[in-house]
Order: sequence, then C-alpha cells, then structure tokens
Amino acid sequence: MGDYLLMMVTAIFANNVLLIRFLGLCPFVGVSSNLSSSFGMSGAALFVCVLASAITWNVYHFLLVPLQLEYLRTVSFILVIASLVQLVEIVMQKTAPALYRALGIYLPLITTNCMIFGVAVLNIQEEHSFLDTVIYAFAAALGFCLALIILGGIRERFALGRVPTMMQGFPAALITAGIMALCFYGFIGLGQ
Amino acid sequence: MLSSIITAVGAMAALGIALSIVLGLAAKVFYVYVDPRIEAINDALPGANCGGCGYAGCNDYAEAIINSNVSPNLCVAGGSDVTENVCSIIGVSAELGERKVARIFCQGDNVRAVRNFEYTGAQDCRAAIAATGGDKACSYGCVGLATCVRVCPFDALSMNENGLPVVNEMLCTGCGNCVEVCPRDLPRLIPISQKVANLCSSQDAGKTVKQVCSVGCIACGQCQKNCPESAAYMVGRLAYVDPDKCTGQLVCIEKCPTGSMAVLHPEAQQAEPEAAEAEHAAQ
Repeated sequence: MGDYLLMMVTAIFANNVLLIRFLGLCPFVGVSSNLSSSFGMSGAALFVCVLASAITWNVYHFLLVPLQLEYLRTVSFILVIASLVQLVEIVMQKTAPALYRALGIYLPLITTNCMIFGVAVLNIQEEHSFLDTVIYAFAAALGFCLALIILGGIRERFALGRVPTMMQGFPAALITAGIMALCFYGFIGLGQ
Repeated sequence: MLSSIITAVGAMAALGIALSIVLGLAAKVFYVYVDPRIEAINDALPGANCGGCGYAGCNDYAEAIINSNVSPNLCVAGGSDVTENVCSIIGVSAELGERKVARIFCQGDNVRAVRNFEYTGAQDCRAAIAATGGDKACSYGCVGLATCVRVCPFDALSMNENGLPVVNEMLCTGCGNCVEVCPRDLPRLIPISQKVANLCSSQDAGKTVKQVCSVGCIACGQCQKNCPESAAYMVGRLAYVDPDKCTGQLVCIEKCPTGSMAVLHPEAQQAEPEAAEAEHAAQ
C-alpha cells in the first residue's frame, strides 16, 4: 500500500509528466487559456490515459512478447490508442451525451497526445505489473491534470492583469510554464 | 528472416483488423442519429461565428434551428441569401426581415464639437470615459478613439479625417457588436432604407448643446411641426424619425437649424430605391 502511495506521489509531483518529463506539451499551452477548457482536456486525458495504458499493457505482454515483436511497440501502441479514442468517442456519444458535449473537441485531440503514449511506454520500460500500470497511469494523468488546471487558472488571471503587449498570450504562458516547471523540480527532493 | 517479417506483418494486420472490427461494431451498436440538416445548415451559414443571431456560434445556431424551432432569419452576417438557403433546407418559405445597418448617432467630430482638453491616455473610448469623461465638452458625444472600429468583425467601420467613425453600409451586417461596445450608445441599428435621421444623441437643453457642438439637436421641434407625414417626433430633448412613415421629402432637413437632421448615405440614394423595391417585392 505504501509503495503505491509513494508511486502516486512520485508520478504526480516529482515526475510530473508535463513539467518534469515534458510529455504532452501541445495541449499544455494550447488548451490552457481558460479554466473550463483545462478541465475539459484534463477529464478526457485522465479517462483515456488509464484505459490506454491498461490495454497497451495487455497488447504488449500477450501479443508482442510471445511473438518476439517488441520492436513494433510504437506502431502497435499508436494504433491501439487511436482506435481506442475513436471507440470511446462513439460509445460516449450514445451513452453519455452530456459528457460527450462537455469534452467536445478535446477527446479527438487526445489521439495525438504524446502524454498518453509516453505513459504507456513508461509502464513497459519500468516493467510494471498490470495493477501497477493502472495506478501509475492514473497518477501520471492526475499530474497532467494538475499542471494543466494550474496553468489554466494562472492564464485566466493574465486576462485581467496588465501584461505588456509583447508578452501577451503565448510568451507569458511559456514563461509561466517555465517557472512552474522549476517549482515542480523542488518536489524531486521529496522521495529522499 | 522471412518468417519474422511475415510474423510482424501478420501480427500488425491482425491487430489492425481486430481493432477495425471492434470500431465497426461499435459504430453500429452505438449509432446515434444526427439530423443531417444540421450539417447542411452549418454549411449554408457564413461561419463567421459573430454571435449576431444570439447563439454562441454558427454551429449552435444551426442546432437551435432544427432542435428548438428557432426562426431561420436570424443570421445577420449572411443576409437574405443565407436565410433563403437555410429556409430551403428546412422546407419553410423565407420570411425576410429588412436588413439593418449601424449608424453613428453623433456628428460632433473634432471640427464641429468643442473639446475641453487633449486626451493622451489609453486609446480606448471606454477607458477615456472612465478616466476623464472624454475630451469633448458634450457629455453625449463620440469620444473618437475608434473602439467600435476595432470591434467590428467585418471592417465596416473606419475613422474619417475628423475623428468620427463612418459606417460602410455595403460591409455592415448589423451584427451589433459596435452597439454593444460603445460606452455612449452612439451606433444604433436602423433599417437600411431609412433616408433621414437625427444624428445626435444629446439629452442636454438647447442652450448647452449650442455651446458644445455646432451640429447638435437643440430640441426646437421644427422637424416635428413641419413634417408632412408626421414622421418626425420628439422624445425628451431629441428628435426621432419613424422610418415606416418617412417618405423622404426632406422637409425636416430644410427646417433643421443646426443640421443635426441629416440625409443618410446621399451617394447611394440613386441606386438604393430600386434595390429597396426589389427587396420589398421579395417580401
């Protein structure tokens, strides 16, 4: 139990996918202009990340390893993740239309999110068991949500503040992201 | 060597086929009927997402037309062509409202209106009024910092050489963004066929108006007294023109002592009646 707690804290803070591992940076800047879109993206990413990691773990261990095709990991994972997002979209449109509308464009965007793929590959590299994989994916995605929502909140404040013209928009967002990454670096001492 | 290639190709093909079968089945099982007309209306709308119809964007409006029976003639950006197309998609006959355009109800430019001081602060009408009340002596007049020009999504507004916004009625779609943003409510949407209007918004007494502006409405009531169609009327200290009654005899223009009563788009007067009649006939 303690191991899992440590793994979660590490994945959320010390090894934050966005700010320490630099995975999935495109949505980090792209959809963090306000809080509501940050929440939408976070929800969709959390959901797909856990599901994708669980399925890719099975694909790897029950299809690629027995056939000695480990080198096709990237190709097969992308195939699985892309179809999974499609499937989730189809199912969600039927069973949970409200959620489908709330997530809107963010769901298809996740198809090409490197965070999802990165977490799936990390799970294989770290030789996690299936339970480890699910917990690690959940925690890593939680870290993604945390960073995205914090940046969304900060950028919303920027809209009201007096930002010099040349710094408006992306420059200010990138500097904020840099300072946030430095702050999260402080968490690295946490595990020791 | 060859066998490993065959294994790799076979495994990937199997994975791909399995996934596509799952997706195909899911698309059948979880099929959701989306009205194809929504897509068609969406294509017919201009896609400017200006919000002039009152919905968040063209897509929202398209859904509202189908799902909530909203009137199809609300798209101001597209005008009558779009309305007809939308109507033909949902199968009702077109009900065209007359096209409205924005007019600036102030003629007090930098030459004709008295200015109290030189304003050099933030170049935005709202900021200027919040900070100083504006540089013009008239507290109802145009501040002239072009906030309406910047907010116009169709480039229909421009500033003339004397610092007053001018509406290009060919480009104006009547979306009302300028009406909303102006802190003095000077742009108003009026029917494009309206020939005469009192281009002043001052509620001050005649004496004050004369002191601060040479083209202000001094509420003398001459237009109301002399209009043969009784289209001009006074409300408070301002004259208004009823576009339904006005026949364009221009008596009020002659009688107006200050020139605040003005002929609209004089250069388009010759070409306009035919177009207006054609539009009238279409109704």
